[in-house]
Amino acid sequence: MTASSDTPLLRVDHLRTVFPLRGGGDAAAVADVSFTLNRGETLGLVGESGSGKSVTALSIIRLIQPPGRIVSGAIHFDGRDLMTLDDTAMRAVRGRRIGFVFQEPMVALNPVYTIGQQIAETLTVHGLARGAAARTKAVAWLDAVRVPNARQRADAYPHQLSGGLRQRAMIALALCAEPSLVIADEPTTALDVTVQAEILDLLRDLRREFGLSLLLITHDLGVVAEMADRVAVMYGGRIVEHGPTAKVFAAAGHPYTRGLLACLPGFDVTARLQAIPGTVPSLGAFPSGCGFATRCADRFAPCDTAPPPDFACGPDHHAACYLLQSGPSS
Amino acid sequence: MSALLQVRHLVKEFHQGGWFSKGAVTRAVDDISFDIQQGETFGLVGESGCGKTTTGRCILRLIEPTSGQVLFQGRDLAPLSPRDMRLARRDLQIVFQDPYSSLNPRMRVGAIVGEPLVIFREGTTAARARRVAELFELVGLDPAHTAKYPHEFSGGQRQRIGLARALALNPSLVIADEPVSALDVSVQAQVVNLLLDLQARLGLTYLFIAHDLRLVRQICTRVAVMYRGRIVELGEAEQIFLSPAHPYTAALLSAVPKINPGDRIARVQFDADSFTPQPLREVRPGHLAAV
Repeated sequence: MTASSDTPLLRVDHLRTVFPLRGGGDAAAVADVSFTLNRGETLGLVGESGSGKSVTALSIIRLIQPPGRIVSGAIHFDGRDLMTLDDTAMRAVRGRRIGFVFQEPMVALNPVYTIGQQIAETLTVHGLARGAAARTKAVAWLDAVRVPNARQRADAYPHQLSGGLRQRAMIALALCAEPSLVIADEPTTALDVTVQAEILDLLRDLRREFGLSLLLITHDLGVVAEMADRVAVMYGGRIVEHGPTAKVFAAAGHPYTRGLLACLPGFDVTARLQAIPGTVPSLGAFPSGCGFATRCADRFAPCDTAPPPDFACGPDHHAACYLLQSGPSS
Repeated sequence: MSALLQVRHLVKEFHQGGWFSKGAVTRAVDDISFDIQQGETFGLVGESGCGKTTTGRCILRLIEPTSGQVLFQGRDLAPLSPRDMRLARRDLQIVFQDPYSSLNPRMRVGAIVGEPLVIFREGTTAARARRVAELFELVGLDPAHTAKYPHEFSGGQRQRIGLARALALNPSLVIADEPVSALDVSVQAQVVNLLLDLQARLGLTYLFIAHDLRLVRQICTRVAVMYRGRIVELGEAEQIFLSPAHPYTAALLSAVPKINPGDRIARVQFDADSFTPQPLREVRPGHLAAV
């Protein structure tokens, strides 16, 4: 059964993923995350290291390595709750319905098979093509991600390709089963800036060509600004702000988002950078109220009571900050 | 203003190939020249493999240049004996990119910061301990933590430790090789501000090696853009960022993702196959480009 097209493609409700601490007890890498991704939309999930963005992605495809585990939450993908699927059913979703692109293609690709073989294998496993037909399709996919001389390059091993071509091969691998959702975790972080621009151009083209829905995970606000329709900012295992990208960047509602934007170089080239004081606490050391309270200049009494709920700060734009309790000010 | 460091026709070749075969020669640094003035922050930018890190290491002779001169305060460093070069390095220090691999995990951080003082037999044990405490305060670390080990510190704090070690002998030039690129953005800003504060307080001169063009624009007075071992453009930072003269610089700037939609510029493609090394010429006063 497929859900109708007006329901979101992906809806994550109150996801919580924990890892045991050495001294006993659990630390929540993802404390309580809810968001939706509509069909054909690109959602940018941004945050610093330790914010829980990658763990959120791995939780969606249920690839959390034990002893880590998903404690609670629902993940509705195309009308089904992925949390209720058995392993066989889940394997049919991974790669086939949800494709992924990882940061390091050198790690994600198998070094002892040619990239053509790896794409053909994926097609075979998912029953989409076999033998010579799979090989032909693999070449066509390499061509689709603009790998020059795709027919020859299909016989190349990952180490024989440049970083940019490897990432293209990785994208071909993610797309070849024609998934409806692609999760890209820092897809351009390991690349030089000119190569990054080419890969982002490619993702934009493919999104249009195949009507892809894209969950783009990155720490780079510039990449989000150029790629995402909506953005969700993560800090301490929670989404602290979400909304249309242009709105969030033009009038951020959460002090953390404002701080992140202000500390970027180039914001004001004549002055010192505006640093956010302190560092991201280690897993398990977050304050019990608002996770950002210890680094926040606007901290006041309610911040230490409980994690703030979402408050509206514009149409479809929310931030989890008690400053907004009385409605959007300024 | 006088040039603190002058690099003249620096070349570094690496020989590829096995033990028994004579492989091809790669020119990682291909005849580059530039001056760094006392008190400035000179940026060396480019993508991976352009030779910027090799240039920094050749200046310190951490790797030996193939040919060319490096004059520090007017004195050529190339002919110095290993012993004299070590002495010269009191004045020329380096901060590395990776704060995880550049600190010895088995040494206490106080000993790491104090090691240059021990090597140069500076002062008594007590005087060295005082100097280490002073350096900790200088870089914004708690002097009570000198007995801890590197793993007990975050990435940003470790970079402060690396900086304290580099400053122990009061150098005049610090080569900072991607000093913040391994750090989260919010922590990057703290370390960058610290670098700027220290420069103002101690009159330091920086050679800042980086790939992040936004950051380079923010803190550098002058910039050299490297491509395939060559300097393709050199000049005041603002000049280069606002009106790049070399097509590669223009392509690089246009590829940087922009936060503000109003800052977006049309993408400029650079055809790598069309690149031929050319000498730098002055396109505007103080602005050189290989065009």
